[in-house]
Amino acid sequence: MKEEITGSDIVLKCLAEQGVEVVFGYPGGAVLPIYDTMFKQNSIRHILVRQEGGAIHAAEGYARSTGKIGVVLVTSGPGATNVVTGLTDAMMDSVPIVCITGQVPQHLIGSDAFQECDTTGITRACTKHNYLVKDVNKLSYVFHEAFQIANNGRPGPVLIDIPKDVQFAKGKYESKKSITIPSHRLFEPVLKNNSENIKNAVELISKAKKPIFYIGGGCINSGKEASIKVTEFVELVGAPATMTLMGLGVIPSSHKQSLGMLGMHGMYEANMAMHECDVMINIGARFDDRVTGRLDAFSPNSKKIHIDIDESNINKTINVDIPLVGDVKLMVNEMLSIWKKNNFSVNKSNLESWWKRVNDWKEIDCLKYNQETKNIKPQYAIQKLYELTKNRDTFITTEVGQHQMWAAQYYKFEKPNRWLTSGGLGTMGYGFPAAIGAQIANPNALVIDIAGDASILMNIQEMSTAVQYRLPVKIFILNNEYMGMVRQWQELLHGGRYSESYTDSLPDFVKLAESYRALGLRAKNVNELDDVIEEMINSDKTVIADIWVDKEENCFPMIQSGSAHNEMLLSKDQEQDKKSAEKGKILV
Amino acid sequence: MNKSVYDSPDKTSATRKHILTILVDNEPGVLAKVIGMFSGRGYNIDSLNVAEVSNDEHISRITIVTHGTAEVVNQIEKQLLRIVPVHSVSNLDQEGSSVEAEVALVNIFLNDENKKNIYQVCDFYRARKIENENQLTIFEIAGASQRINSFIKEIDEITKVEIVRSGPVAISTKNNDKEE
Repeated sequence: MKEEITGSDIVLKCLAEQGVEVVFGYPGGAVLPIYDTMFKQNSIRHILVRQEGGAIHAAEGYARSTGKIGVVLVTSGPGATNVVTGLTDAMMDSVPIVCITGQVPQHLIGSDAFQECDTTGITRACTKHNYLVKDVNKLSYVFHEAFQIANNGRPGPVLIDIPKDVQFAKGKYESKKSITIPSHRLFEPVLKNNSENIKNAVELISKAKKPIFYIGGGCINSGKEASIKVTEFVELVGAPATMTLMGLGVIPSSHKQSLGMLGMHGMYEANMAMHECDVMINIGARFDDRVTGRLDAFSPNSKKIHIDIDESNINKTINVDIPLVGDVKLMVNEMLSIWKKNNFSVNKSNLESWWKRVNDWKEIDCLKYNQETKNIKPQYAIQKLYELTKNRDTFITTEVGQHQMWAAQYYKFEKPNRWLTSGGLGTMGYGFPAAIGAQIANPNALVIDIAGDASILMNIQEMSTAVQYRLPVKIFILNNEYMGMVRQWQELLHGGRYSESYTDSLPDFVKLAESYRALGLRAKNVNELDDVIEEMINSDKTVIADIWVDKEENCFPMIQSGSAHNEMLLSKDQEQDKKSAEKGKILV
Repeated sequence: MNKSVYDSPDKTSATRKHILTILVDNEPGVLAKVIGMFSGRGYNIDSLNVAEVSNDEHISRITIVTHGTAEVVNQIEKQLLRIVPVHSVSNLDQEGSSVEAEVALVNIFLNDENKKNIYQVCDFYRARKIENENQLTIFEIAGASQRINSFIKEIDEITKVEIVRSGPVAISTKNNDKEE
């Protein structure tokens, strides 16, 4: 007969067996037994954050920079409700997370007990799956299944709610091997005619005149090998390739076939090529509204191939001609072998004239800006940051807003998993805790959070975490004293009425850093910028670099909401179509 | 199609009724997950029915009547399949033939004047008297929703009624070996 151990022991044993090295969390009444068990062991490291929201973003940063599952441990009630934003973020961006929450003891559930909330009820819509474990003997199964589900198919967050009495109760541990998960609870490719579709897709590509690859975050979730395979396929076909915000790094930015990012603030040439292509190969992207612009004008003359592991993304907003449901790595591998076996190639002269067209669009140089005064242009700050860090082992995280888009445009990513940003949900406050998670996972790397002055204040309390664990995370604030993207929309769409988008009474970021015993730096003009960046990256401390940038710079190019790919604004001076701007105002 | 303002108006088919039957693990929260998907994504539930159908394996069948275009219902089916405890989803309208039935309990206020008429109607519709106490007469009628509708309409013209309806359940008449 097996030895009986407590629920808390089972929790820690499950984590250890699943290979968990780090847990991000915050203690509280309903998880005290688990924290007590944690105290008595050494195999799992606990990172104490300063607010539960920080824990889950840190776990996201850990997961996205490593491809492993991020683990979070928080208490009941407010502990659980504080992770809701992060769970939703992980759901939208397909980040594998296992979140453990404490719950009040079972006899108190439903009595409005202290720090009680309906955690599984609240998180139902923002998790892939969640559990309330009422029986200590089911804990092992639930944990092993939760880890499988988090990483299986399209990754996502899974939550396990454990009442305090279950943490104390004694039960049996079951190992990963001894449990079987029914097949319907895990993802399997459901499309029956995949192999036929793959063949048709490859043939369609070989006959294309103006093909384009549209590459998304699914390629990154599919593992490092997937990026290599995708790059190989792109090279064999010879077509231009554009990446979504989540897909940056799949194909090296310096690759001659890379057109950079597409979408609302994407490259002019990428969006124009999407508009005019005749065959679109979507690999692991989901036709997000930031990418497509107005749907009825989206790439009107193309046949579309869509590789996605989540069948619900097929024909959700854009109807496609050839859907392929499955893992990117496997699908692209299959396409590669068919392509090679049949000695396929795209007609060379067609491809040449297509590239000529694309290169003409490139001539526009949509990212040009003038760094002519002493004021630092935000674009210039990112460009400098890139140049001074490109030869290091660097991870970039961002918050959300203008600085995020400038980072996506001007920082060049050569490898997958190096770019951590909140894409789907657009969570301000994501970047700093995510950088903490990435730094924990990659202790010797240079981890920089490119931030805005408004976003950074959303999780500034994590300074305390960064300093406690001596994490040399760098916060690079593009400080314009505005919520820049809100200000930009108000300028373009709301008649320049800057309602509540100016931040009065910002802290002195240098002193703020110093008060946490971190290093604070400031660049007020363009002459100071290089030195500040150098000092920042050479410091072994947590650093806040407060970069004063041009206050009213806008992020261009831009497809305004409700406009199409071929209706990009390149600058503020460009004549706007007032009618479509008016229509676009109601969109997000 | 969905209500997104980004939506393309091209090629959407007509809105019509669909009966979805969903096999799920009977575990806590599964019904909430299913109906939460409908409310969260803005889909409609016209009626809902749930009961365990296999005692030993703890599997329940949820029957949902919804309406929408083919595209919307297709999206509903795919979204349902993402829910972990869901085994399978079938759209009975797409699988060809199916039979559906529902049950209604009707409390009819009888008196000496209307008694004869009401019994005639009940006989015609094969409504069965199941309770007769405290001057209340409760009838049970089972069958296609249409038939129950017209039964209620006729009774309603004669006297006051109180109605409880189960909403339809349905089963495919196609021989389907794959069904769990």
